[in-house]
Amino acid sequence: MSFVGTNLVRAEGFTPPGPGDFNLPPIGGGGEFTFLGQSMVLGVTKPMLQLVLAAVLVYLFFRAASAKRAMVPGKLQFAGESAYGFVRNSIGRDIIGSHDFMRFVPYLFALFFFILLNNFFGSIPFIQFPTFSRSGMVYALAALSWIVYNAVGMKKHGFVGYLKLQSVPSGITGPMLLLLVPLEFMSNILVRPVTLALRLFANMLAGHLLLILFALGGEYLLLHGATLVKPVGILAWLLFIAISFLELLIQFLQAYVFVLLNAMYISGALADEH
Amino acid sequence: MELTGSMNMIGYGLAAIGPGVGIGLIFAAYINGVARQPEAQSRLQSIAILGFALAEALAIIGIALAFVL
Repeated sequence: MSFVGTNLVRAEGFTPPGPGDFNLPPIGGGGEFTFLGQSMVLGVTKPMLQLVLAAVLVYLFFRAASAKRAMVPGKLQFAGESAYGFVRNSIGRDIIGSHDFMRFVPYLFALFFFILLNNFFGSIPFIQFPTFSRSGMVYALAALSWIVYNAVGMKKHGFVGYLKLQSVPSGITGPMLLLLVPLEFMSNILVRPVTLALRLFANMLAGHLLLILFALGGEYLLLHGATLVKPVGILAWLLFIAISFLELLIQFLQAYVFVLLNAMYISGALADEH
Repeated sequence: MELTGSMNMIGYGLAAIGPGVGIGLIFAAYINGVARQPEAQSRLQSIAILGFALAEALAIIGIALAFVL
């Protein structure tokens, strides 16, 4: 084992964790190739497997929960139905409105539990890697939501009507429009998917980085620190436990916010002009 | 004592004060609103979360730039 080697390296000083810790090597090795001047690795990595695992687990759970539909629900059916009701009522109906929210409930529902489970992978023992701390995974989700809300809006208002709805604020006339139209277009069409993706990605990355920092820092203080600072290592590990619970809250909240914003963008694209 | 590290992170720490104050104000207003009118909670909640997400976007852009620049 290489424990001795790492200890010798560590003894020289503490190397803080960085974004590089999130570059996991491909499982079983992979070939390299260059794309647009960047050297890339072709292979399957852990977060890719987690994406598939999350999709399978979500499918299996709700399949099992809805398999035996009874008038008086059992425990599993009750859990599945409350989970469904939460997304349907508090995200779908409250935001999109009772007229046409049912069309979007399957999308929002699948999205919410897919993201939630992928975020919880950051805290589940033996997995402990939030899938969406890899930005590429999140960009795909944001691109999907960008296509959905733009397509829905264009279908309802037509191409020109939709652009007008998104970029011309109501109740404003004259030269102010010259200033506001580009701004509104930027913020509603161009920046939205970027902030949507970066919010989830940066929260997962920063939260997990914080956990790594407390774990490694505590270990370093405890094993390599002077006698007087050793107790601080234990304190760091206690804080690690506290922050893990905060992280659980953030993982839930970010999944909720991602789906809530999706619903808001859809309801904004569907809104009638006043 | 020698300090090494990235000045970007100090800049990001300073930049995060703004969204921090903003998010605090948003939830203070939300709690006030719910305390005065508990039945309005479901309406206020989505507005508060939207405001939180918009204010947080600034902090997110900050951390992205801190790593990139």
